[in-house]
Amino acid sequence: MDIVFSESELEKVEEIKSRYPELQAALMPVLWMAQKKFGWLSKEVMMYVAGLLDLSYAHVYGVATFYTMYFKKPMGKNHIQVCTNVSCMLGEGEMIFRHISEKLGINNNETTPDGLFSLEEVECMGACGGAPMIAINEDYYENVSIMMIDDKFDLLKQS
Amino acid sequence: METPKVLLSGIPDYHKIDVYLQHGGYKEIRKALAMQPADVTGEVKKSGLRGRGGACFPTGLKWTFMPKGTDKPKYLVVNGDESEPGSFKDRQIFEFNPHQLIEGILITNYAMGIEAAYIYIRGEYHRWVDLLQKALDDAYEKGFVGEAMKKTFGKDFTTNIYIHKGAGAYICGEETSLMNSVEGRRGYPRFKPPFPAQNGLWGMPTTVNNVETIATVPQIMKMGGEAYSGIGAERHPGTLLFGVSGHVNKPGVYELPTGVLLTDIIYDICGGVKGDKKIKAVIPGGSSMPPLRGDEIEGVRMDEESLKPLGTHIGTGGIIVMDEDTDIIKITKRIAHFYHHESCGQCTPCREGTGWMEKILQRILDGNGSMADLDLLVSVCNNIEGNTICALGDAAAWPVRGFITKFRDEFEARVSKKREFTAPNIVHGRRQAAGSLVFER
Repeated sequence: MDIVFSESELEKVEEIKSRYPELQAALMPVLWMAQKKFGWLSKEVMMYVAGLLDLSYAHVYGVATFYTMYFKKPMGKNHIQVCTNVSCMLGEGEMIFRHISEKLGINNNETTPDGLFSLEEVECMGACGGAPMIAINEDYYENVSIMMIDDKFDLLKQS
Repeated sequence: METPKVLLSGIPDYHKIDVYLQHGGYKEIRKALAMQPADVTGEVKKSGLRGRGGACFPTGLKWTFMPKGTDKPKYLVVNGDESEPGSFKDRQIFEFNPHQLIEGILITNYAMGIEAAYIYIRGEYHRWVDLLQKALDDAYEKGFVGEAMKKTFGKDFTTNIYIHKGAGAYICGEETSLMNSVEGRRGYPRFKPPFPAQNGLWGMPTTVNNVETIATVPQIMKMGGEAYSGIGAERHPGTLLFGVSGHVNKPGVYELPTGVLLTDIIYDICGGVKGDKKIKAVIPGGSSMPPLRGDEIEGVRMDEESLKPLGTHIGTGGIIVMDEDTDIIKITKRIAHFYHHESCGQCTPCREGTGWMEKILQRILDGNGSMADLDLLVSVCNNIEGNTICALGDAAAWPVRGFITKFRDEFEARVSKKREFTAPNIVHGRRQAAGSLVFER
């Protein structure tokens, strides 16, 4: 895929720029856009964003690597995020993590060879009342059980 | 007494603008606009509202720090980063009461003469960013926000509201770090002073308030500061969104007046402890607050002034309950791991110290700890606390030190496993060699 935004996306970038008095502030939202379109932030993508916002590549790289949610490597189609922080730990979040890890045959921060799943052990996602919880891409699943996870993953594999 | 519903009304579809308008929505901004800005601030001062982000700073007082009569643009940042383990309250406002938040921003901006507000929402809340954006778009369409305000309200005042999405950094909940993040930089906290009110976003006067604080403002305008100050505890009035998690039967977010008994929250509102077990520990306000031991929670009231003498704080109101079977060392290690992971790396005591704490606790968990490790841990805590630019260092030190001091027995039992060695009888001594020696480690 060519690393360029479409006409309408460039309009969106202009709209984002207009929200802030300084150009640099548009960096985080534009990185989000870029990640959504290109899947992850490769060097080429970061250079492209730097060019759009008149920033140095070094600055863009610095910001992209500071925040954990910007992907610095290709991710699987389904990004599985399992919380194991205090509340989820009290709700057996670690068991859920181990189960998924064994089920997919991958460890933390790895992707299955077929590119379907990436697994990540994450810090608190702000859903402590629904512990244990996992997130698949942008969606939260609270009060999960092993059975629920098995069903959901079977569905994801088929789709 | 019936609990007043200030933030979570429970009215169906309250998040929709039409329903919100039917129930008197966007009336309070009209009321505020008819007043002098200073009087609006005065009303908030009278209410005794204190910040809901954890520091409990009086909101009205904070607003008066903003310089008056300056030509510089001023900004409001609404902190919805909410990443503290155990707290999950702001999400409820984004989902069920977004318009009250928007109206609160309008009133706040009018009170301080602010031209733009940025709502910072943590990156993981994709869905809630969309929900709030929808509400914001509706408010713009109806002419409540932006240029159209002049026509809608017939007053020469306009303000804009934008959402800025974070990208997974706990540190960005710290106000100066958050401002760097809005500016498109790495989220490193800044030195204070200068404080945000003098030198904030892009060097301009800025006020940073929590989502819950701002969402309360319209209700203060509605009932009057005086009446609001009558709710809950005297020196920390109002209602709080308590997020209860851990070993309780009905975890969730509950809006309750401050000063409510902790035991009432756990046993009445949350239906008691799972499996009717006993309580070993309770964290009263998110993972960075020192814990309370099970035998300490009787009679504890949940407001800042009542918790302070107990050596802990209300924080974000995120209550984590742990039953008698909880492995305290494991929990402490998990908390230490979190702060190690989230330390931004700017200050040495925090960057290194959080890592050391995690390693030492891991060693104890693995069964290789020694008694000296416990004092070492406390010493590391003492050397982090107060020696860093922002409060993350304190937030990392408090729970670790709190758990060690309050559960010293449990830590000692874990590290003083007696080990027997058979003394090899290959040396000569004048002393009679013993058959076996017991080493206490």
